[in-house]
Amino acid sequence: MRALPRASSGHGAPGRHTARQGRAITPYLFIAPAFIIYAAFMLYPLARAVHLSLYDWDGLSLATFVGTGNYTDILSDTRLRAAFGHAGAFIFFYAVLPCGIGLVLAAVLTRAKARGLALFRTLVFLPQVIAMVVVSVAFKQIYAPDGLLNSVLRSIGLDSLTRAWLGDYVFSLPAVGLIGSWVSTGLVTVLLLAGMARIPTELFEAARLDGAGAVREFLYIIVPSVRAELTVALTLTIVASLKTFDLIYMTTSGGPGSSTTVPSYEVYRRAFETGQVGSAAAIGVTLTIIIFLVTLAVNRISERGA
Amino acid sequence: MRVSATERTLNYAILIGFSLIVLTPVLSILAAAFGPANASAAREGAFHPGNFATAWVEGRFGQYMGTSVLVAVIVVSLSVLLSILSGYAFGTMRFRGEQSLFYLFLLGIMVPSEAIIVPLFFDLRTFGLTDTVWAVALPQVAQSVAFGTYWMRAYFKSVNPSIMDAARVDGASKGRILFSILVPMGRPAITTMVVLMFMWTWNEFLIPLVMSPSGEFRTAPLGLAFFQGQYTQGTALLAAAAVMVALPVVVLYFLMQRHFIKGMLEGAVKE
Repeated sequence: MRALPRASSGHGAPGRHTARQGRAITPYLFIAPAFIIYAAFMLYPLARAVHLSLYDWDGLSLATFVGTGNYTDILSDTRLRAAFGHAGAFIFFYAVLPCGIGLVLAAVLTRAKARGLALFRTLVFLPQVIAMVVVSVAFKQIYAPDGLLNSVLRSIGLDSLTRAWLGDYVFSLPAVGLIGSWVSTGLVTVLLLAGMARIPTELFEAARLDGAGAVREFLYIIVPSVRAELTVALTLTIVASLKTFDLIYMTTSGGPGSSTTVPSYEVYRRAFETGQVGSAAAIGVTLTIIIFLVTLAVNRISERGA
Repeated sequence: MRVSATERTLNYAILIGFSLIVLTPVLSILAAAFGPANASAAREGAFHPGNFATAWVEGRFGQYMGTSVLVAVIVVSLSVLLSILSGYAFGTMRFRGEQSLFYLFLLGIMVPSEAIIVPLFFDLRTFGLTDTVWAVALPQVAQSVAFGTYWMRAYFKSVNPSIMDAARVDGASKGRILFSILVPMGRPAITTMVVLMFMWTWNEFLIPLVMSPSGEFRTAPLGLAFFQGQYTQGTALLAAAAVMVALPVVVLYFLMQRHFIKGMLEGAVKE
């Protein structure tokens, strides 16, 4: 807000009001309001994050310059290394697994041209619109010691498998990850269904005549045809996996120990709980760079393959 | 394409099985929300819609929902207006620095809240702006405007230029062409954008969590998080609260699911 009058004054400089120049500044006048808020609340804080990340600062006293120290910590600090490792695991649960399931599911449904597909699409997309906080509350009840999952396991005689899923050192990470899979799979499936709907039916008929089976049809017709949709699906889900914060905040707070902590949760914890503001900024910047590189890489790979 | 009877059965089995996986958490939380809150309530019967009223009062959701509505109105109306203006310039006008400016906006779609939240909090605290509705809303306007500029530019680029030429010949100004012709014509694109921005704003968690440390401008999802902290035992009230927090977006989703799905497919690069 403070930047408002200062930043806009540049456009209305006196002595530039001839008709032609007046027209030349029109586009900038249309963009200015959006750009001022965007610059003040996105670009400037981003630059400040880079600046802060070079300091050791507790948020109150004087900051000391540490250069790239906060960044090298990401490699040496075991808790931070674990956080980034978990982000990798979340890519599997949010992106890879849903894309695998979504491909098969959408292929089967496209082949079938089943009735009720529209209703199904509406239904599987539902997890995308429910707030993650609400999703977390629902799954916490399912994973609870006396929750639905353990009840089902008990009823089929698998009592030995029951446990407090979110409090378990080994199982909490996959348990939280699968919540991400539950959210992502519908999005991926709907995206891929849209892509597959554009494949001309003649292509399948020709393949059938050549004696292609369902598997070859899947590998040689369906998968290559939806490459663009798969790229979008992977980009969206990978970015979502790297930014997962509310889920961790609500379900495990990174625990037990540090077994489910993720970079975004470490940003919050360090900046607002343990007074390591510089380190938090460095994690945020690193996360941004990773999101950038991943987006670029996924799109490059898909372009090269085409 | 001909499909055998077994394959068809299998297909429906997959459709139904998958729908069940999606619905189980949704139905289980609905069931819990209408279930008994404690042992004495359990004796009175199985159906307890009163949980919603109790959660609403005890969890102060009236206040949190009010804040959420206020934040959503500010973010969506401001973002939509600013995005239409900037998208119009990017989509219909030629000017120096156009490309680099556009890429600058595009950058904002990819920057996660996690990166900007730390300096935002400490800088706004210095100015005494934390714990105001603006600290919660304006960072979200910045994010939404990045997406909105990209989205509206695509719409304005798709408009047939002869429509604008005709209006110009009739003497219409740039602003008049925009608001009398292009905006009414672009209602589908704008509706999709409004719906998406509303969903993102309503569901946002990190920004309101950090930017209102006193809790004065706590939105509904945050209210739910803090309610969870208080009610570790009673799942019924927590579930009822969760249903209330999800309801506005879910109702909107079922009313406008075409727009939602289309929007998520075409331009949901933000989340």
